[in-house]
Amino acid sequence: MIDDIRRIAADATSRIAAAATLDELGTRDREVLGKTSELSSFKRQMGSLDHEAKREVGGALNAAREELQAAVVARRAELDAIARRVQAEAERLDLTEVRAERDAGHLHLVTQAIEELEDVFVGLGFTVAEGPEVEDDWHNFTALNFGEYHPARDMQDTFFVGLGGDREVVMRTHTSPVQIRVMEGQEPPIYSVMPGRVYRNEATDATHLAVFHQLECLVIDRGITFGHLAGTIDRFTKAYFGPGWTSRLRPSYFPFTEPSAEFDLQRPDGTWLELGGCGMVHPNVLTNCGVDPEEFSGFAFGFGLDRLAATRHGVTDLRELAGTDIRFLEQF
Amino acid sequence: MKVLSSWLHEFLDAPVAAGAIAAAFDDLGTPVEEETRLGEGLDGIVVAQVLELRSHPNADKIQLVDVDLGDGEALQICCGAFNMAVGDLVPLATLGTTMPGGMKIERRKLRGEWSNGMLCSSREIGLGDDHAGIKILGASLSLGTPLIEALGIEPDVLWALEVNPNRPDAMSVAGLARDVAAKVGIGFHLPTPPAAAQSIGEPVVWGATGPGGRSRAAMSDGSEFGVDLAAPDGCGRFVARVLRGVDAKAPSPEWLRSRLTELGMRPISALVDISNYVMLELGQPSHPYDLAKVPGATLRARRARDGETLVTLDHVERTCTADDLLITDGDDRPVGIAGVMGGAECEISDTTTDVLLEMAWFDPTSVSRTARRLGLRSEASARFEKGVDPAVADLAADRFCDLAADICGATTEAVQVDVRGILPPRPPVLVRTARVNALLGTDLSSARVAELLDPIGFGAEAVGDDHHVTVPTWRFDSATEIDVVEEVGRHHGYGNIANRELTRPRIGGLTDLQKERRGVRRLLCGLGLAESQPLPFLAPGQLAASGLDPTGIELVNPLVADESVLRTALLPGLVAAVAHNHARRQLGIGIWEIGHVFLPPADGRLLPDEREHVAVVLAGREASAAVEVWQVLAEQLRLESPSVENAEIAGLHPTRAARTLVDGVPSGIVGEIDPAVLARHDIGERVAYLEVALGALYGAPRRSVAYRQISKFPSSDIDLAFEVPDDVSAEAVERTLTGADPLVWSVRLFDVYRGPPVADGRRSLAFGIRLQAVDRTLTDAEVAEARTRLITVVRSTHAAALRG
Repeated sequence: MIDDIRRIAADATSRIAAAATLDELGTRDREVLGKTSELSSFKRQMGSLDHEAKREVGGALNAAREELQAAVVARRAELDAIARRVQAEAERLDLTEVRAERDAGHLHLVTQAIEELEDVFVGLGFTVAEGPEVEDDWHNFTALNFGEYHPARDMQDTFFVGLGGDREVVMRTHTSPVQIRVMEGQEPPIYSVMPGRVYRNEATDATHLAVFHQLECLVIDRGITFGHLAGTIDRFTKAYFGPGWTSRLRPSYFPFTEPSAEFDLQRPDGTWLELGGCGMVHPNVLTNCGVDPEEFSGFAFGFGLDRLAATRHGVTDLRELAGTDIRFLEQF
Repeated sequence: MKVLSSWLHEFLDAPVAAGAIAAAFDDLGTPVEEETRLGEGLDGIVVAQVLELRSHPNADKIQLVDVDLGDGEALQICCGAFNMAVGDLVPLATLGTTMPGGMKIERRKLRGEWSNGMLCSSREIGLGDDHAGIKILGASLSLGTPLIEALGIEPDVLWALEVNPNRPDAMSVAGLARDVAAKVGIGFHLPTPPAAAQSIGEPVVWGATGPGGRSRAAMSDGSEFGVDLAAPDGCGRFVARVLRGVDAKAPSPEWLRSRLTELGMRPISALVDISNYVMLELGQPSHPYDLAKVPGATLRARRARDGETLVTLDHVERTCTADDLLITDGDDRPVGIAGVMGGAECEISDTTTDVLLEMAWFDPTSVSRTARRLGLRSEASARFEKGVDPAVADLAADRFCDLAADICGATTEAVQVDVRGILPPRPPVLVRTARVNALLGTDLSSARVAELLDPIGFGAEAVGDDHHVTVPTWRFDSATEIDVVEEVGRHHGYGNIANRELTRPRIGGLTDLQKERRGVRRLLCGLGLAESQPLPFLAPGQLAASGLDPTGIELVNPLVADESVLRTALLPGLVAAVAHNHARRQLGIGIWEIGHVFLPPADGRLLPDEREHVAVVLAGREASAAVEVWQVLAEQLRLESPSVENAEIAGLHPTRAARTLVDGVPSGIVGEIDPAVLARHDIGERVAYLEVALGALYGAPRRSVAYRQISKFPSSDIDLAFEVPDDVSAEAVERTLTGADPLVWSVRLFDVYRGPPVADGRRSLAFGIRLQAVDRTLTDAEVAEARTRLITVVRSTHAAALRG
């Protein structure tokens, strides 16, 4: 009988192993281990055996059942794996075919330059101030010490706006009116930078824009000197352009600063970049803003951003900056 | 302003190397824009004579020229110019010569004919700008001589300088020489022509105002000439002289012509050239009149009458206003616009024998206004506008008379007329040494300050540690302490001022608004959109073409008509952007802009109502895409109760548009661009659009930042579908559900259905609602109770019916 059990078990094991699907395995499982299975019929026959034989046959039966149950578990695991594999094959994706439907988006290169410069100046302890692009004569010219017939008014070709009296409202020609607004609205000390869009009534070409951007820096405090102006420009130069860069100041003229200067930056290779204008804030400007020039002094410096931003990317025609062609915009 | 090294050196006490002069110009605020070396590289260029001109057998634009270098041999040259005649003397660059531009002259064939050198134009040999033909030399030169020797050319350096409005002194060679001499530490002297006429009156100082009026002087023949100063506020000084026996046909000498040419002025006639030469040298413009054409031998300075006309030297009739200052003759007829341009009528000519010479000081503002109004900028007006030295008139007149005597054989009447008007006061300036150092960041001694000022004519008289400084008459710009501080800084040298660090402890940073703007930029980039910055100027009609109110603020003086109106919305620019891309088959673009728009001023305000807007344009997308952008934008900014409200909006699709609201307050527009607008722009795809007043959003109510506790217990989901009239906003129903019961954790609209059995004009809105309590698992009874409450509230609030 024990030999029969072993033979049946061996036969059942191979039938389990041969099950090709989970359904078939379930059927085999019932056939070899269910109530109607041959092994179960041995169990029913055990009642007629003596104690010793009962123990032996019982042991053999249990061993056979355990062996078959293990075979079923093993075969089920195999078939599960195969089924998952088949399912996976059915779901196969070629990931090289994927293309993002959207990209990371694009900041305009002038915006990028403004943010980078703001960050540099914030790191140097400055706040950022802003003002309107359409200005009155007071903020754009008069408060900045441009006399009514001062020849310097001709230095900045102006778009006049059809509001108020003759030449009373202008597209701001520089970001300097924001200096006036800051000083009118706040007591010194002032440590601020002012980025923004400015307008000049000048014919545009590859290197000149009528609408462009400037950033200027204003410091008003006690004891501020021309040496601080030079030192701050140098700090900014190294922070933004790199430690190998240096700066120099050359005398110049602006109505709203005195002494005035142009500032040039020297690249590590020794060549020069003429960047912008600067100077000590003119006492008349301080007085116009209600700041006592005997108590406070200050400096301002400013420069155009567009050429800087364009040069970095090798954009040779500045007019591209106001363009709306997506082929241009999505490069930055 | 241009200047020659040789001319500068006439006023310098010692020679200065060209490099040192150029460096000084840069350090002094008159930077060198261009430097030209003259008379260099002319070795190998000799005088040659044209023997024969023959046509080139194989070319039309080249001829064959046989020249003689003095040895009688004919040398064949191929030449592209045709302006010379047989017998002319011309400069020839011989074989082996390296030209000033670097080109090497070699024997070569041009279209099969040998060329044994090159004939030169003026420009090619650095003797002027003329490049129209070969330079024809004077007939007296001997053949074969080196050109340098033949013409007596001295090597020289020409600098073109940038001169700022605050440097009237830099508008003359002498003034530049004074500044350079001071910088390099050598002496300076003015020219010393013999005094040609006796000056009457006091020396000129600023503020010493004369009454104006009439002054006359007797000439050697007993007749009189004179000046009548009727506008003393416009004319601070008027010096007149008479020159007799002038040979007006005498040619200007080559040295004078060449200096004028180098400095950018065209030689015209001896008297005009002398006038210009004196102006370039000393900064004093002058005007020679033909005495015979000036009735009464009298010049009068007076204001014009409105509408008064005269024909200026350029033969253009000019109409004046009462602001303009005129020079008139003894009959009070205009003969010139003071300081701007002379009249054609009294112009000197070949037949002029006697000259009435004007040397005057005109008010800078007056000249500036007139020149600006007439659009007439002359070398003279440029100088008067900056402020001419009123004291230099005598010297300039002497210089003029001396040159006229040499060149035109003129003799000068012994007496000049000198009438004084109003010269603005220039009191001495107190310059505090401590203030100088406090502003410059220097440690200059009082004595050093005086030393720096003295060579440029700022007389410093010590007052304790400070100085009373007398500003020189040639520095009209300079009147206050800070002006003098700048002069000290300029001559001390900006490069000698040490860099200093800012030391005040301070905290930099962006404002909340600036941080939020950056957040919006990042969000829009995160949506895969590209920023653009179109011009804020629109063409007339562009607002209307975009479906918007056609009125915008206009520029008075636009560059081009197509950029003459200030935008009132970002929409026109972005629609144009889509059209631009669409025309290039770039479909489905998504771009955004943050920029200012300009609405009419609010009542009582001068400036426009200027606002910062953000706009997003999504080509090829439906309105819902733009609404989604609004929703994430509102999320980004934590706006309180953001919503949309369907509406008809100019520029947008009639039935696919809404207003955006924050806490019930309108903030912008969203939807699709009006198909009519798209058609006008030849855009063949739907375009979703969002434009929001970003500036207003910064100040809008925000959601609380307080955290909402998350439950540890299971949640329960229920779905409710309501039939709601079309005019009830889905958002409103959602808000009602959200607020109907504290157990509601979230509400999500997951389906909208129109059609049978739902009645026309109504639709079914299906919401998924998640219920949740923080302290317990909800019982079936609690969920049922909440469900009933939600249904009741929605029914009573929105005329809604629960769908079965």
